[in-house]
Amino acid sequence: MGWPGKAESLIAESLFMFAAIYVPDFPLEAVARAEPELREQAVAVVEGTPPLVHVVAVNERAAQAGVEPGMTKLQAEERLAASQSSSELSGRKDPTLSRPNTLSRPKERRENGGATAGIRQRSAQREAAAHAALLDCACGFSPRVEDTAPDTVLLDLAGLERIFGPPAKMARDVARRCSELGLEANVAVASNPDAALLAARGFPGVTVIPPGEQAERLGGLPVDVLAQSMVDGRWSMAGGQENRQSAIDNRQFLELLDTLDRWGIRNLRALAALPEVAVTERLGQDGLRWQRLARGATSRPLVAIEPPLAFEEAIELDYPAGELEPLSFLLNRMLEQLCARLAARVLAASEVRVRLMLDCGIAEVQNCGIEHRGESNSAIRRFRNSAIHERTLRLPVPMLDAKVFLKLLQLDLQANPPGAPVTKVWLSATPAEPRRAQDGLFLPAAPQAERLEVTLAKIKRVVGATASKSMVESMASGQSSAAGQEKQRAASGTQEVVEELVGSPELLDTHRPDGFTMKKFMSANAAPSSIDYRPSTPITALRLFRPPPAAAVALRDGRPARLTCPERPALAGAVTWCAGPWRSSGEWWSEQAWWREEWDVAVGEALYRIYRDTTGWFVEGSYD
Amino acid sequence: MSSPLAIRGVVPASRLGERPVAPTVSTGIAELDALTGGLPRGGLSEICGPVSSGRTSVLLALMAEMTRRGEVCALVDTGDSFDPHSAETAGVELRRVLWVRCSKSKSAAGGRRSTAIRYPAFAADRRQPAGDCLEQALKATDLLLQGGGFGLVVMDLADIPPETAPRVPLTSWFRFRRAVENTPTVLLVLEQEPHAKSCASLVVKLSAVSRRSSVFSRQDSNPQSAISIQPDEIAVPAHARVLRGLEIHAEVLRDRSQGKKPPRSAKACWESRAAWAGREKLKA
Repeated sequence: MGWPGKAESLIAESLFMFAAIYVPDFPLEAVARAEPELREQAVAVVEGTPPLVHVVAVNERAAQAGVEPGMTKLQAEERLAASQSSSELSGRKDPTLSRPNTLSRPKERRENGGATAGIRQRSAQREAAAHAALLDCACGFSPRVEDTAPDTVLLDLAGLERIFGPPAKMARDVARRCSELGLEANVAVASNPDAALLAARGFPGVTVIPPGEQAERLGGLPVDVLAQSMVDGRWSMAGGQENRQSAIDNRQFLELLDTLDRWGIRNLRALAALPEVAVTERLGQDGLRWQRLARGATSRPLVAIEPPLAFEEAIELDYPAGELEPLSFLLNRMLEQLCARLAARVLAASEVRVRLMLDCGIAEVQNCGIEHRGESNSAIRRFRNSAIHERTLRLPVPMLDAKVFLKLLQLDLQANPPGAPVTKVWLSATPAEPRRAQDGLFLPAAPQAERLEVTLAKIKRVVGATASKSMVESMASGQSSAAGQEKQRAASGTQEVVEELVGSPELLDTHRPDGFTMKKFMSANAAPSSIDYRPSTPITALRLFRPPPAAAVALRDGRPARLTCPERPALAGAVTWCAGPWRSSGEWWSEQAWWREEWDVAVGEALYRIYRDTTGWFVEGSYD
Repeated sequence: MSSPLAIRGVVPASRLGERPVAPTVSTGIAELDALTGGLPRGGLSEICGPVSSGRTSVLLALMAEMTRRGEVCALVDTGDSFDPHSAETAGVELRRVLWVRCSKSKSAAGGRRSTAIRYPAFAADRRQPAGDCLEQALKATDLLLQGGGFGLVVMDLADIPPETAPRVPLTSWFRFRRAVENTPTVLLVLEQEPHAKSCASLVVKLSAVSRRSSVFSRQDSNPQSAISIQPDEIAVPAHARVLRGLEIHAEVLRDRSQGKKPPRSAKACWESRAAWAGREKLKA
């Protein structure tokens, strides 16, 4: 018989090394990843539409309480409640069941997103995020990764000993990284992918199978693990798509299991001991493949994929969150998971985007139809109205700090609240290479990027991020400040100019007075100075009045003789000296043409610049 | 020979009376540097004076000097009166300047006010810009000092009326002094009258008493004439005159580095020129 163990095969096997990461009870782990405190409680995950809601996964504590997969939701709730009452009667405080129904404890309900304690609905978004986290974990170790199943990932570790150490250490590191990403996984290392996969499914924790010992180590596993392994292999080959063929295969595998059970074959060792020809005659090629799997003698290439750099977490709330505080709890968890995934791929975030689905209540729409026999068939349609509130944090430099992101999101949502209860939260990050710049030893200190962002967000909360004023007013006053970044908003039919209040000014290429734009301030420490001009004499500065106050100017011999300003009484007085007029104009080719006539005047001890345009006289500012 | 029990960084009791010399920053104006020795780092400095006394010119010269050395400046502009064109002309590197514009006439933009009213839980979290511009400036300055990393933090209260500025509680000045202490940051306050009292490390008062000679252009027949319009000045057409700059006088009112009372001769005078006036001397 061609059992492995020969010297040639041992040498060949020692060149290959594969690791399998398997997450048992994946729906449950996906839920526990979003709500880590559930690991200390009895939890059952249910799926289906009422009334056909049944349990699909339970944790150990729930199993001890008598909850099993396949039960209805009502049965599971009864078991959990009974177990809780019995523990209370016995006088011992069981932390696993101490959490009562959250309907009576709104605070706890807020913290877990509004779900009923102990029972969680299966969530496709959470499982997708958990699967993406699993792939991120694998990609952090190896460039060759196979997306075997939603709960299973295979990775090629050949040649990575020099980087990560011996196989046992690598397996422990992989398990620890999975734990950091919120997933408790089984990790197995073997010289062929199928043996690693079977070991990960069969043995808890970390397993390392030396080359040539696959059959011996796998022999004690039940035959059932083979069926699931075959299903996952088909899933992987189909690119992760469930299809009709996979359902047929599942039926065939179940029939095969029944046959082996009738033969008294209970574990892989017994299956591996059967003669190959006899197995092929009776069970066909599937049987032969199963036997080779049981011997750990298969060899196949990995179906390597390149996971997309998509970092998104989503959570759907059972009850709408109407306050920012519980929302912050959820955002904190999601941000920590997002940052852990980014860290696993050695990336940082250049942009963080949060989308909130809002519950805007019941909307009523009246459908007016054609009158029929004197009666209007108008009907009132009622439907759940929802809207999306989206906010984006654009970071000046790539960052990877969940606390900073949370603070920035809190400040942003406080400044721009969603305005309605939140039913669903998406959180995504745009990955970027982390900063590797190192400041010079003798360069002056500059604000730390993360602290600066938080400081700027707090300042915007104090002074306001932007200011709006009507464009009509701006044009009438001859000012077009921040013309480059003016955003025309069609709010309630009127156009508004939005000005940034916090930032760094940048001059525009225009002769229009006060033509500048506000840019996002960045601590450009490493960049060299771009100004090579330095005036030898201090420059007389102009202090602008924004908006310029209207003035009444009395002329004598064509020159300003007296200045009156109702908005600023301190400016009023006789003009003791003046110079001008200095005329300028521009943009005559567009609708925003402007012209003005400037005068420098002295009123009392102060010097002012006044100007006249089509709408009258204004005081632009004072020389200081 | 030093004592074996001496601990590095601990000042001996015998030298406690000596105040350590604080590092200073050049203002970019040689006359003012000679007068004050520069603005102290880790201290609060005040530059005060009436309108058109040259406070902003000093500020721009200082910002130009700081940004030229690669430091980052923050300007808390109470009256939203900062002119980026003047700053650029003065040599300020604008991308190193954080400009915080406070103004009570402006409000935070953003929609959904009507929906926020419908949902008071979220509406309660909406914070309007706090109080008037003075209150905003105090909060913003405090945040900037707490954030750290800035070489210069300027609080421009020059447009605050003299009757309003004393409303700043003295505890705020104490807090600022403590926040900036032992940091490389220069905290500068522009105002009409000094208000920080003993919290200020340096107080400089600016004036333009002899501005008349600098206001008038060379075409004026009598440069030393009074500001009031003179008969011979009327004869000069207005378009033949040019504002060439200011003549600024500075006086040190308080300097903690030189004891409680500065010497009487602590005065200096220099000239600033308008952006269009070229490099010629102001005085004939």
